[in-house]
Amino acid sequence: MLDPQDRRILAATQKGLPLVARPYAAVAETVGMEEAEVIDRLSRLLDAGAIRRIGLIPNHYALGLTANGMSVWDVADEAVAGIGPRIGALDFVTHCYERPRHLPHWPYNLFAMVHGRSRPEVEDKAARIATLIGPALRGHEILYSTRILKKTGLRIAA
Amino acid sequence: MTRITDPAERAVINGLQGGFPLSPRPFAEVGARFGLDEAEMLATLGRLVESGRASRFGPLWNAEGIGGAVCLCAMAVPPERFEEVTEAVNAHPEVAHNYERTHRLNMWFVLSAERPERIAEVQAEIEAETGLQVYPMPKTREFFIDFRLEV
Repeated sequence: MLDPQDRRILAATQKGLPLVARPYAAVAETVGMEEAEVIDRLSRLLDAGAIRRIGLIPNHYALGLTANGMSVWDVADEAVAGIGPRIGALDFVTHCYERPRHLPHWPYNLFAMVHGRSRPEVEDKAARIATLIGPALRGHEILYSTRILKKTGLRIAA
Repeated sequence: MTRITDPAERAVINGLQGGFPLSPRPFAEVGARFGLDEAEMLATLGRLVESGRASRFGPLWNAEGIGGAVCLCAMAVPPERFEEVTEAVNAHPEVAHNYERTHRLNMWFVLSAERPERIAEVQAEIEAETGLQVYPMPKTREFFIDFRLEV
């Protein structure tokens, strides 16, 4: 997927762009390319989905969104395909996935991340998810994060 | 409680989680949207990153988009071993993020690797190093993904 030049750009930008007036020129200097080539390659990588987006990666804890609730749901398998997109469409859900159960410890097969300023706010939002799931719902929990232990994103060797 | 009091900072956080221009003077270009000149735009981002309110500023690389793989994993870590296990898990560069959560499965981390086979290898390495089981929770379907948030 990535050629060696792309990989060098990835390695040079994975911790962030330099905060200087001409950031792509600074990256270009690091990787030994022209500024225009770095811009062209980043543009292509963005179009191809290798880069999700370019911008600010917020730290939701430091921004006061301390009630980060991973809501997990045990939903009848045959209902997941119908319900998943409706949960994903809720404006307070940042991502929604189906995942395998690990019985008997872990019966949950649908995950929806809900961010809020307080646990009651997250619980209100989870109640709306429960309503959407309806009779296919067999159980659920909300796992709050109590600490970020690491947040670096993808890392590759240079 | 939000720690954002500066209106320009708030506007930048909400408005610049994507779409950063691929042009030679992108901070000047994007600053105009927020009523900031190039130097003010750079200073604002510098403050957000240095204070930790932004994890970083730049491209969000997608491991799957470059032919790699990601996998959410969970572990049940005995409380008295939590710090030691955190250190062992975080030492792997494939661990992209790691959260402590309120459950018997109290450690949740995402493995992100350029080579997909590394996912299973790192799981096995962590199990060998810690003597604890790693529960892999790969996504089987994705319904929506938009990591942006609003403050």
